[in-house]
Amino acid sequence: MSKTTRRGLLKGGAAMAAGLTAGKASASSPDPLITELQDWASYTGAGVDETPYGMPISFESHVVRRNVEWLTASPISSINFTPIHALDGTITPQGCAFERHHSGAIELRKEDYRLMINGLVDTPLVFTYDDLERFPRENHVYFCECAANTGMEWAGAQLNGVQFTHGMIHNMEYTGVPLRTLLQEAGADISPDKWVYVEGADASSNGRSIPMEKALDDVLVAFKANGEALRMEHGYPVRLVVPGWEGNMWVKWLRRVEIVDRAVESREETSKYTDVYADGTARKWTWVMDAKSVITSPSPQMPIKHGPGPMVISGLAWSGHGKITRVDVSKNGGITWETARLGKQGDTKALTRFYLDTVWDGKPMLLQARAMDETGYVQPTKDQLREERGENAVYHNNCIQTWYVNAEGVAENVEVS
Amino acid sequence: MLGVAYGIATNMYAGDKVDVMERQVERAQAAASEAAAAAEAEAARVADIEAKAAEIQNEARLALASAGAGSVSQPAPMADGRYGIGRAALPEEIAAWDVDVLPDGRGLPEGSGNAFDGEEVFIEKCGSCHGDFAEGVDNWPVLAGGFDTLADEDPVKTVGSYWPYLSTVWDYVHRSMPFGEAGTLTADETYAIVAYILFSNDVIDDEFELSRETFLDVEMHNAEGFVLDDREALEYSQWRGEPCMENCKDEVQITMRSVFLVETPPEGGSDSVMNPATLDGLPPFTADGPAFVPEPTEKPVEAAAATQDVEEPAAEDGDAALLKAGAKAFKKCQACHKIGDGAKHGTGPHLNAVFGRTIGGIDGFKYSTAFKAAGEEGRVWDEESLAEFLAKPKEYIKGTKMSFAGFKKEDDIAAVLAYLKANGE
Repeated sequence: MSKTTRRGLLKGGAAMAAGLTAGKASASSPDPLITELQDWASYTGAGVDETPYGMPISFESHVVRRNVEWLTASPISSINFTPIHALDGTITPQGCAFERHHSGAIELRKEDYRLMINGLVDTPLVFTYDDLERFPRENHVYFCECAANTGMEWAGAQLNGVQFTHGMIHNMEYTGVPLRTLLQEAGADISPDKWVYVEGADASSNGRSIPMEKALDDVLVAFKANGEALRMEHGYPVRLVVPGWEGNMWVKWLRRVEIVDRAVESREETSKYTDVYADGTARKWTWVMDAKSVITSPSPQMPIKHGPGPMVISGLAWSGHGKITRVDVSKNGGITWETARLGKQGDTKALTRFYLDTVWDGKPMLLQARAMDETGYVQPTKDQLREERGENAVYHNNCIQTWYVNAEGVAENVEVS
Repeated sequence: MLGVAYGIATNMYAGDKVDVMERQVERAQAAASEAAAAAEAEAARVADIEAKAAEIQNEARLALASAGAGSVSQPAPMADGRYGIGRAALPEEIAAWDVDVLPDGRGLPEGSGNAFDGEEVFIEKCGSCHGDFAEGVDNWPVLAGGFDTLADEDPVKTVGSYWPYLSTVWDYVHRSMPFGEAGTLTADETYAIVAYILFSNDVIDDEFELSRETFLDVEMHNAEGFVLDDREALEYSQWRGEPCMENCKDEVQITMRSVFLVETPPEGGSDSVMNPATLDGLPPFTADGPAFVPEPTEKPVEAAAATQDVEEPAAEDGDAALLKAGAKAFKKCQACHKIGDGAKHGTGPHLNAVFGRTIGGIDGFKYSTAFKAAGEEGRVWDEESLAEFLAKPKEYIKGTKMSFAGFKKEDDIAAVLAYLKANGE
């Protein structure tokens, strides 16, 4: 802190008080919450161990994952959305982190867990769960975004809520063993033209091919998230973490790793997770999630309730190419931009929180956020994306999102010229 | 420094005045001890700095290691680069799990099948979701047709119109299908089902015998339809750089409002309703902000919230509230089950007059073997059996095709039963 004289401090304080007089509310009668003895200040509360594993307090029960039933044929093969509108900071609690299952979430005990490495290896190996915990392990925070996040919005403004437009994302601190360690253990052929095919133990046996360069780089075989065991819905006891790449590749209930001499071209890397462009050709192997950001508050589920005056515009930014270096915010639909403050310097391939501390004049706003990552990439507008890709894409929509906030503080998902 | 001091002390030119020399020696000695003290302090400081440098280096090393940039903080593996953890996989184990099939046909087992045989297997194993003609039921995937639609507004992506590799079809059917009974198809059944899907897409004729030997003779319609990720060249090159900060546009208009408003009820999930709002009365924006401030809409947030509170079931009589809750809970069923006038079978059987119905007892619906068996035992749906089934379907009738996991809340079951009774008569 810089040195401030007592005089200076007093002066500053007085100036601040004067400046805020207009905005400060005043009470006409004493607040009974203060003047009257409240139950919680008199009676005792819950004892220790009343909830051996604590859940959020009942007043927060609306902060939950939610699905949109009509999006999929069955909840067994479906998706729900993280309540990102109601969260702050960057870490997503496991209990409200989005789920995406292809054949439902399975219960697989650690004792019944096996991981096989086979294919182009010296010795095909089988590991138990306990084996994995004997390898040197690392901790890293990474975002996991479904390639279909914001996919509905290709067709224009569709769903009114950031939970539904951008909620197929979560960000956790993972503990796990680098995949390269296990490849080395099996004596895998790690030449750059080889592929690593990874497969899950559930009924969908979701499988994806990962090029060797990525497999050796930062892929983790993870068994803990945010300090505790993975949740069933996120692949307990072991899932793959493929930093910066589309969530479908983060195979849950990982049971097999096969070194192959070409991509397997599984269903999830041909018929799904590929995009058709205007001329009918499709683009495949689009693994990296490009830089993206969105304002989480205000947003349709988070109206401004306090009227004109000081306020915080807050949101999330992320990039599969590395660190977020800057986020700009516009209040007039992209005519003028202000650079927001980053909650803390962004980690690579992890969510970064941004804040714009500002004053609302009470007039309607067209709020947008625009992320930049360390490669210099600037998050594109919907129009820019459509110009490149047409309107039949499903995945990888990282467009700039617009919220129309009216004079009452209510926000709505809109598209702008 | 010390050397300089002693030098001054010892290299004094010869003088005849001893006292002068003595004073000079005294002075030099003082200077020397001062210098010695200074040197000591200096040495201590150097040591301190060295310690700090080591600490910083160590921190940097740790940071590097935790960033995954190196393995400096990791314990050294055994001499050959391995830890000796895990055990060798047995050939039988590899054979059991390594069943994926590559585009060139590697991994295919012995066996064969054609579309003629495949039709029957497909209708039995796949038809309830994909339709008897692979046309897709409800939201389940359409497997056939859609040719020449990929450049249309809403492309129909089927095995025929979109899938580039035959191996993908075989592999997926064999490994991940049927939904809820994955891994149960024999090689012959898989060849037959795949042949039927190919036949439905005009890829082969109904006599073509699909096998490992004929596999590579099949040409998929969209084999050449894919390009590799080219975002680097097409997009990154033009979207990297310093973005515009001011006067980026003259004016901005709202061109579209959210199609759906999404309500988020306290019990979870969401309800989408069409957004009635139009573009009328919305202000254009310039650098100065909105051109005008529209009049407040009828229902600002607080009012909307207040209305919701009023709508709590307390205001309704018991039956109406139960039926309303039932209609809501039935949303979990309605993707597969129809009820009411003229309801037909969907993925699941229609539910008209389900009370008193023999389990698995409606003509024209392909029940699971488990349901047929229950029917043959003379078991009948009533309040009790339905409640039990709806709580844990897979436990109550082992082998049911119904993928629904069951209602967690007893209230929901009671409500659904009331709903079935009221709407299925």
